[in-house]
Amino acid sequence: MTETAESNMGLSDNSTKNIFNPTDGAFLKVWNSMLESIAPLLLALIAGGLLLLVLGRNPVTFYGNIIKSGLLNKHGLQDTIIRMAPLLLMAAGLIVAFQASIWNIGGDGQFLLAAALTAGFGPMFMPVLPMWACFVTLFLIGMVAGALSTIVPAILKAKYEINEIISSLMMSFIGINFANLLIKGPFRSTKTLVPQTDVVPFTKLLPSIPLTRIHIGIFIALIFILVVYYVMKNTSLGLKLALLGQNPRAALHAGLNNQRLIIGAFMVSGAFMGLAGTVEILGVWGYMRADWNPNFGLPLFALVFLARLNALATIPLVGFYAVLSIGGHSAARVADLPDDFILIIVGLVLLFMALTEYIQEYRAGKSGKLLNFFRSLKGIKTNE
Amino acid sequence: MMNEQKVEDQGASRNDDSSTAMIPAVELINITKSFPGVLANDNISLSVWSGEVHCLLGENGAGKSTLMQVLSGMYQPDSGMIRVNGREVRINSPGEALELGMGMVYQHPTLVPVFSVIENLLLGSQKGITLDRQGALNRFEEYASLLGVEIDPESLVGSLALGQQQQVEIIKALWKGSSVLILDEPTSMLTPQGIEELKEVVAQLKKSGLAIIFISHKLQETLDMGDRISVLRRGKLAGSIEPAVFSSTANSEIQSMIIEMMFGEETDIAESVIKVERQTTGRSRESDLPEQPVLELKNVTVKGKLDEVGVKGASFSLRAGEVLGVAGVDGNGQRELAEAIAGQRRITAGDILLNGVVVSDVSIANRQHMGLRYITDDRLGEGICASLSVSKNMLLKRIGQRPFWNWGRTNEATIRKTAEGLVKEYDVRPPDVDIRCGGLSGGNIQKVLLARELLFDPKIAVYSKPTHGLDFKTTVIVREKIKSLAREKGVAGLLISTDLDEIFDLSDRIAVMYQGQIAGIVENQEGIEKKVGELMVGGT
Repeated sequence: MTETAESNMGLSDNSTKNIFNPTDGAFLKVWNSMLESIAPLLLALIAGGLLLLVLGRNPVTFYGNIIKSGLLNKHGLQDTIIRMAPLLLMAAGLIVAFQASIWNIGGDGQFLLAAALTAGFGPMFMPVLPMWACFVTLFLIGMVAGALSTIVPAILKAKYEINEIISSLMMSFIGINFANLLIKGPFRSTKTLVPQTDVVPFTKLLPSIPLTRIHIGIFIALIFILVVYYVMKNTSLGLKLALLGQNPRAALHAGLNNQRLIIGAFMVSGAFMGLAGTVEILGVWGYMRADWNPNFGLPLFALVFLARLNALATIPLVGFYAVLSIGGHSAARVADLPDDFILIIVGLVLLFMALTEYIQEYRAGKSGKLLNFFRSLKGIKTNE
Repeated sequence: MMNEQKVEDQGASRNDDSSTAMIPAVELINITKSFPGVLANDNISLSVWSGEVHCLLGENGAGKSTLMQVLSGMYQPDSGMIRVNGREVRINSPGEALELGMGMVYQHPTLVPVFSVIENLLLGSQKGITLDRQGALNRFEEYASLLGVEIDPESLVGSLALGQQQQVEIIKALWKGSSVLILDEPTSMLTPQGIEELKEVVAQLKKSGLAIIFISHKLQETLDMGDRISVLRRGKLAGSIEPAVFSSTANSEIQSMIIEMMFGEETDIAESVIKVERQTTGRSRESDLPEQPVLELKNVTVKGKLDEVGVKGASFSLRAGEVLGVAGVDGNGQRELAEAIAGQRRITAGDILLNGVVVSDVSIANRQHMGLRYITDDRLGEGICASLSVSKNMLLKRIGQRPFWNWGRTNEATIRKTAEGLVKEYDVRPPDVDIRCGGLSGGNIQKVLLARELLFDPKIAVYSKPTHGLDFKTTVIVREKIKSLAREKGVAGLLISTDLDEIFDLSDRIAVMYQGQIAGIVENQEGIEKKVGELMVGGT
C-alpha cells in the first residue's frame, strides 16, 4: 500500500490520528517513509565512499571535511544557509509543477534570465528609488521574467499537448543565452574589462541577520515553502493540481479547466525560479558576470522526489545538499578531486532512490508512487 | 510439424480417461491469501477435473480474481497448496503457470490490435530467432477447428469483433498446450450472439478433455455452462454444487441454492434482478410529463477521432421524469454522444439545449451547475482519481465550492461528513472514506460515482452503461436508483446501455444508435425486442 507516500504528498489527511501510537501502525508508516527518503542518501554516500577508495582517497576524511567545512565551521554554516535560499525557492517551483505532472526542466534558464534582469536593473534603480521599492520592483521583475519564460512550453502543452520536457529544456537554452546576451550587451558595465553588469553596492543588498552574513532571502524562501505546503495540503487549488497531475482525464471530466491550470502552474513554477535568481543576485552577488551559471536546477529534482513533493520535507534535504555542495567544494579541493565529484553523489542518490522504490514495489506487489508518476509522464497506464 | 504433433498428443491424453480421471487436473488446497486489511481468500479448497466446466461464482470482491491470480502465479498464497495432476507445485510466475499447462484468458483484451491474429499468437510462443509462420498457421487451423470457429489468421486483431478477439485469446491461452483453461468473466464484454458462440466453444473444449474454470458473477450463464459450481462469498468458499447434484436437481432449485450461498440472508434482493420486469408505467404516465423538454438535441454532429464513429445529426428530446434508453452495439457513437452532452467533446454542428437554453458552448462545470450529470462508463479512466481518497473522489466535481471549500480552504470536516453519509447511503464497502478510491472494487467505484453525481438536485442524468461489469446486488441498487430518481424526483434519464434487458427494464422510450445515427426511436412496449434488434444492426 502506498499510504505512506500519500500522506507525504499532502493528499490524504488523517492527521487527527496519533501518529506516534504504535498500535495503529501510523508510527511505523512515518518510520517507513523516513526510511524511504534516508536510505537512498545513505546508500549513495556508501557507494560514493567506495568510489573514493577506488580513487585512492580516504572517504572518512573526505566526508569529514565536507561536514567540517559545510556545517561545523562558522563560515561554512553561514554559506550553507545562504545557499539554501535559492535552492528552497526553486524546490518550491518544482513542487508546484510536479504536483500537476508538469516537467519544468527549464529552471536554470528561468533562474538566469531573472538574475540577469535583476543585476542589470538593480544598479539603475538603486540611486533613484527607495530601497524597499527597489527590492519589490526587482522581485516582481524576477518573478515575471521567470513566469514569462515558461509561457511557450506552457501554451504548447496546454493547447497542443506537446511534451514540455523538450520544449522547456529548449527554452532553458534560450534563457541562458539571452541572459548572457543582456549582460554582454545592454547591461554591460563600462567600468570593467570582463563582461559583467554594474555592481549594487554591498550596503544596498538584502539586509542580513545581525552579526552574520546570512541575508533575509532564507526567510523569504521558508515563507514560500510554507505557503506551497499549505496550498498543496489544504486548499482546493492543491487538490486541483493533484487531480490534474494524477489523472488529467478525470480532471477534465470533473469540469476543471485543464488548460488554464497547466499554464497557471507552469508560470507559478517559473516565477519561483525567477524569484530564486533575484534573491541570489540581491542577497549574495550584487552583480552578474557573463557565463555565470550555478546549475542549481537539476540536482534539485532528486531532492524534491526524495521529499515526495512534500514542501516541508524538502527543507532538511535541501539543507543536506547545501552542506554537500558548500563543504564538498573545499573537501574536493583538499582531496584533489574536481568540484563535480559532488554531482556524482547526487546522481547516485537518484539511482538508489529508483532502486529503493523498485524494491518497495516488489515487496508490496504493486507500483510505488514514484514509478507511477514516471509512468504517467510517459503516458503508460498504471495497473490500478 | 512438431506443433501439430503436440496438439494431437494432447488430444490423445485428454481422451484417455482411465489414467487421469481419478486425479483432478488442478487442486487448490486450503489457499489463504491476505492483503493489508483484507482477507481475500480464506482457506479455500477447489478441485478442477478434466472434461469439466467448473464455474466459480461470486459477487465482485468475493475473492474469485485473487484465487485465480494465485493459480496463475501472479500472487503467492500465504498458506495452502496447489497440486497439478496430483503433484504439488509452486507457481512463482505467470510463465511457470503456462509451463504447467494453465492458460488464462483475462477479462480485458491483451492482444495487440495492430498485429494480425497469427502475429499475436507468434508473439508469446516463439523460441529462437526465426518465425515458423507456416507451422503456426497449421497449428492455428487445428485449434480453430477444435473450437469450431472461423477466423482469418491474417486479419488484424483490431478489425475483429470482440467475440472473435476473445476466441483468439482462448487459442493463445491454449497455444502452449494447456490442459487447464481459466476464463475470467469472459462474457462481460460480449454481445448476446458472442455469448452464444462462447458457449459453443466452451462445450467443444470440454468435449476435447480440457479442464475449464469459468469465473462469473452471472448466475444464468453458470447454470447454462457449468458442470460443477463453487460459490465464493467474502473470501470464503460458501458452498459447491457437485455434478451429481447438478444433473439430478431442477434448475430453479439449484438457482435458489446458489442465491442462498451467494447472498445468505440477503437473498430476496438478488431475486429481483434475475427476472426482467418491463417498466410498463411509462406510457400511462405520458400525460403527466411536462410539455417542455429538459434536454433537447437538434441535429447534433460530433466528429470522431481516428477510428471512432462520431455522431451524425442526432435529434431527440427528453422530458423530466422520463427515461430514454439508447440501445446499440458498442462503438456506434454512444460514448461520443454522451461526451457531447456532458460538454467533454465539441459538437461540430447542431445544438444542445438544457431547459430550453442552448449550451453548445457552455463549459462542463456550468452544465453541471445547470443540473446535468454524466455517469461515465470509463470509471477508472476518467470517473475517479484512483490515488485520491474516497472522500475526495466523492466531491471531485465540487472542488472549490462551498461548503466544502471556504475561500479555497479545504473544509475537511464537512467533506468527511458528506462523504461518510454518502458511503452509508450507497453502502460502499469497505465503509472507509480515507482509503484510496482505486482500491475499491468495480461495483463500489460505481456506487461512489452514482453518489457523487446524484448529490444535490440533479435534473438530467446521462447514465453510460451504468451496470456494466457489476454484480447482482449493485446492479439492483443502481437500477432501482435510476427508476426511483425518474419517478419520484423527476430526474430525466438518458440510459446508454448495451444490455438490452436493462434498456427494456428501465426505459420509457428506446432510441437505437447505429453508425453514429439515431436509427429510430420507439415506445417501449411488449414485442418491441425484434424491432430494436433490427435497428441495432442497421435494418429499418
